Amino acid sequence: MNEQKGLEAPRRRAEDGAYTADEMMTVAAARALRDGMTCFVGIGLPSAAANLARATHAPGLVLIYESGTIGAKPGQLPLSIGDGILAETADTVVSVPEIFNYWLQPGRIDVGFLGAAQIDKFGNINTTVIGGDYGNPKVRLPGAGGAPEIAASCREVIVVVRQSLRSFVERVDFVTSVGYGAGPGDRERLGLTGAGPQKIITDLGVLEPDPRTLEFTMTGLYPGVTAATARERTGWDLAIAGRPEVIAEPSAAELAALRRFQARKE
Amino acid sequence: MAEIVSLAEAVRRAIRDSDSVAMEGFTHLIPFAAGHEVIRQRRRDLTLIRMTPDLIYDQLIGAGCASKLIFSWGGNPGVGSLHRFRDAVEHGWPAPLDLEEHSHAGMANRYVAGASGLPFAVLRGYNGTGLAGEDGTGLAAHGTGTIRPISCPFTGETLTAVAALRPDVAIIHAQRADRSGNVQLWGIAGVQKEAVLASKRSIVTVEEIVSELDPRPGAVVLPSWTVTYVAHVPGGSHPSYALGYSIRDNDYYVAWDKIGRDREAFGRWLEEQVYSCPLNGERA
Repeated sequence: MNEQKGLEAPRRRAEDGAYTADEMMTVAAARALRDGMTCFVGIGLPSAAANLARATHAPGLVLIYESGTIGAKPGQLPLSIGDGILAETADTVVSVPEIFNYWLQPGRIDVGFLGAAQIDKFGNINTTVIGGDYGNPKVRLPGAGGAPEIAASCREVIVVVRQSLRSFVERVDFVTSVGYGAGPGDRERLGLTGAGPQKIITDLGVLEPDPRTLEFTMTGLYPGVTAATARERTGWDLAIAGRPEVIAEPSAAELAALRRFQARKE
Repeated sequence: MAEIVSLAEAVRRAIRDSDSVAMEGFTHLIPFAAGHEVIRQRRRDLTLIRMTPDLIYDQLIGAGCASKLIFSWGGNPGVGSLHRFRDAVEHGWPAPLDLEEHSHAGMANRYVAGASGLPFAVLRGYNGTGLAGEDGTGLAAHGTGTIRPISCPFTGETLTAVAALRPDVAIIHAQRADRSGNVQLWGIAGVQKEAVLASKRSIVTVEEIVSELDPRPGAVVLPSWTVTYVAHVPGGSHPSYALGYSIRDNDYYVAWDKIGRDREAFGRWLEEQVYSCPLNGERA
């Protein structure tokens, strides 16, 4: 549930130079959160987006971190999921067993907000190992953290990840957190109570599962991004919606709020 | 009753080679000074247990103290990889490292089972993940037999059982203890209470020893009779933090990336900051 430094796509400027692709992605992710929702937040991109949402259109968004901080209201971006600012601003702080057992497991939380190192066309996430096999991997990633149960138990899941051939693969090397498994019926068969990933938000646009096949399809693109680019940066035969939505550029207010957070972080 | 001793003495008396040791603290109150003392006393063949190995286990693994790691998330929070951990897994340096890998929910429940005197805990989790093994039997190398399906005796529903953790030693850092060794900690309390109660022996380093612990809403209290050793180590959680006493040293976490990435730089760090350095922060 952390952004993977080695797997980032390079930072690119949008054509008019006014905002970066990462900023567009964070703004798009923030817009996916509705006011009043309860949101289980992973660190990195998801945390930046969730805090931006709370600072703009969703002041009543309830931020829940796996460190046990419920209703955290940080005025700056936490660098880790256990920053003091989260504990000091939370409605309540509970133990780690409690956050997973009482709060996440029963399905009380609306949305789980996750990052990924690798993701496949059924929204399965890998944050464990890349290449080789488990016992002898090419790259050892941090592992599961809270993600498997967040992916299983939140009412819905949103994934924020940069889109590249390395990150968007036909089949993940290791299933750390389950999306739709091998396709329709798998979540039910596995007894996963939440609805699964509803959106993947990238630095190119937004993907949503096809209602019939559950395969992730590009349904929205940022201004200036073409379907061809999206296909080039996807490791499976990516389907594009007939008329992909052109997602609105970040507003001045969104950009200002995001940069205020970033500036305080640095 | 807890004995109040020096950190060096606590480590000498509590930890033997080949012990299983859980140093807990979820981002907050990480017992770094105690970890460094374990390195300094050159303990070997340890099974290290911790939800988030963090820099503290990167340092212990790189120093050659560990032969096995039981964990759920091994990264440098907010920064990137743990390079000593990766070097051990990817290249067997300085020694091969066996892994027993779980999710946070699984690890937390394993400590709860240990603290509760039960052989296992039950949760909804792992179904369909590689952690449980492709066939869901939990027998894959990474599960090492500690994740198994279990049928609910009341409803017949299939749930997941995880084996209890019962470490030889738990090590935590807390804000305060009194002169009798009663321990008080607050803020993000993680899984420290469970880790101490699940373990055979325990060491608690504290920011401050006071004559009386005034009650604090929401604080965790570990009575003296649940703790083996208390040591007075102000700043003992640096570069993590102790709420009310210090703030997280984010620069240290960022700077560690460069040190941890390079075997020689790490070797120099070990020599200068641990081996040839007296106990960090300890006060008599």
